[in-house]
Amino acid sequence: MGNLNDYKNIWVFIETECGKAKNVGYELLNVAKPLAEQKGCALVAVVIGKDIEGVAKDAICYGADSAIIVDGPEYEYYTTDAFTKALVTLVEKYKPETLMIGATNNGRDMGPRVSCRLKTGLTADCTAIDIDEETGNIAWTRPTFGGNLMATIMCPDHRPQMGTVRPAVFKKGAYDESRTGEILKEDIAVAPEEIRTKLVERVKEVAESINLEEADIIVSGGRGVGSEENFKLLHELAAELGATVGCSRAVVDAGWMPHAHQVGQSGKTVAPKIYFAIGISGAIQHLAGISGADTVIAVNKDEDAPIFDVADYGIVGNLNEVVPALTAAFKARKA
Amino acid sequence: MNICVCMKQVPDTNEIKVDPETHTLIRKGVPSIVNPFDTYAQEVGVRLKEASGGKLIVISMGPEQAKEAIKSCLAVGADGGYLISSRNFGGSDTLATSYILSEAIKAIEEKEGLKFDLILCGKQATDGDTAQVGPEIAEHLGLPQITYALDILEKDGEIQVKREYDAGYDMISTTLPAVVTVVKLPYEPRYPTIKSKMAAKKKEIPVLTEEDIPAIDLAFCGLKGSPTRVKKTYTPVREKNGVKLTGMEAADAANEVVKLMEEAKLL
Repeated sequence: MGNLNDYKNIWVFIETECGKAKNVGYELLNVAKPLAEQKGCALVAVVIGKDIEGVAKDAICYGADSAIIVDGPEYEYYTTDAFTKALVTLVEKYKPETLMIGATNNGRDMGPRVSCRLKTGLTADCTAIDIDEETGNIAWTRPTFGGNLMATIMCPDHRPQMGTVRPAVFKKGAYDESRTGEILKEDIAVAPEEIRTKLVERVKEVAESINLEEADIIVSGGRGVGSEENFKLLHELAAELGATVGCSRAVVDAGWMPHAHQVGQSGKTVAPKIYFAIGISGAIQHLAGISGADTVIAVNKDEDAPIFDVADYGIVGNLNEVVPALTAAFKARKA
Repeated sequence: MNICVCMKQVPDTNEIKVDPETHTLIRKGVPSIVNPFDTYAQEVGVRLKEASGGKLIVISMGPEQAKEAIKSCLAVGADGGYLISSRNFGGSDTLATSYILSEAIKAIEEKEGLKFDLILCGKQATDGDTAQVGPEIAEHLGLPQITYALDILEKDGEIQVKREYDAGYDMISTTLPAVVTVVKLPYEPRYPTIKSKMAAKKKEIPVLTEEDIPAIDLAFCGLKGSPTRVKKTYTPVREKNGVKLTGMEAADAANEVVKLMEEAKLL
């Protein structure tokens, strides 16, 4: 392992796709900033992709002290092999003390591959990050057992200490255009034969890319919505609020909505400001996906549905009447 | 195609309750099940095997009682199973667990006289929820990986995997051998028949300890081989004093909710 004291600074991996950053990287910069200040170390953004110099600049404006970029055509789309090689190479060269990665599908694909190659510890899908007062180690807190239990985990004797962190749990910081910092370019070439997976095609099942993980308001429907056609009531409410439409697993299984909309353990984990659960009973697998929601509004005809236990505002009633009434009420408020 | 399915027996999280006094999980009396995501891995594995021939072996690391979970996989199409169990393996985090499983996989290949073309895992176990063991097995074995699979198709000695993506799915191909973790399938896992259940019940499940995995280095197993430490666990406090409107006209209830949200400065 070498000397633990050789490892310095906090790194945040900024995930990009086709040159555009996902929000979670900037959110992590905002969480890591006070930790870096407390430790008296630098906060470094790491960007791997194609044409990503602009992202590195943005990362500095969002709070990074400096950035390291690996830019090349082989990084246009995420692949496990190329990104793992690049990130491991950087860690071995610069020895960061801490490495944070957004817990997106790609982040959770790459994170364990990197930590395993480095033979260090990785904590998955964290929702809180602190510094342990006694040891100075990062204390990573995460939900387990479908959100029934929280665990705080440390990596005392290995570096870097790594964690994947759930998107949308933390807020982005303010964008400060006046900030400047060094942008270091690293050339790490990956030969085509080293990349053993190939993107054959990308199939869009929904008109536009829905980004449930970063949505501020989500209107979600469950089995209780009753039919595919009936989802238009939810779409109307969502349109009124500028919200994204989600659904429970039962809806996907019934073929009413594509899987890309699914919220819950076998779908997306979300953390919106407002979450509408319409005709969703509140099975634990669904609740596990919405534990990060600030405010939950439930509409259900069953007064005893478990969703009401986690709802801030609940309406017991027929959703065919209540949902249009909500749309009208929000509309009236704006008028 | 020879397939290895890595399976974990987990407590049924549907049945887990929190003790209101002590704020700890009540695990007593909670039934154990095959990790739901692993049932998908098993099902897609059985279908691939049925289409191409070969053998499907299910392996699990855990205590003696995990043999029951292995047997329930045998009842739905697995050809054989191994329990990987030793005191020295207890307390393993994901790095140590994946190391032990990867060494066990090599030992089983030796024993069975075959090479696995595909290693399948559920995307995560529903108790730990880490989703790390699959990719870490791939890394230990030096294999390509595809995570978050929605379906797996075999084509000319390669596989194509539908991988979850924001707006639909990516079709990703890879050469074999490979590791794939499964999130969901377009079909439901099959049920056992009474006959297949009875047959599975009678089967002996061999147990592999470090004695049976000659290449294993115990320094990388158990607590010793685990870089992470659990500092504390606690149950989250859900202090929701929610408002529940019952027996109101829809319009009145909707207006009331909007008013309350305005008062709470949520809009």
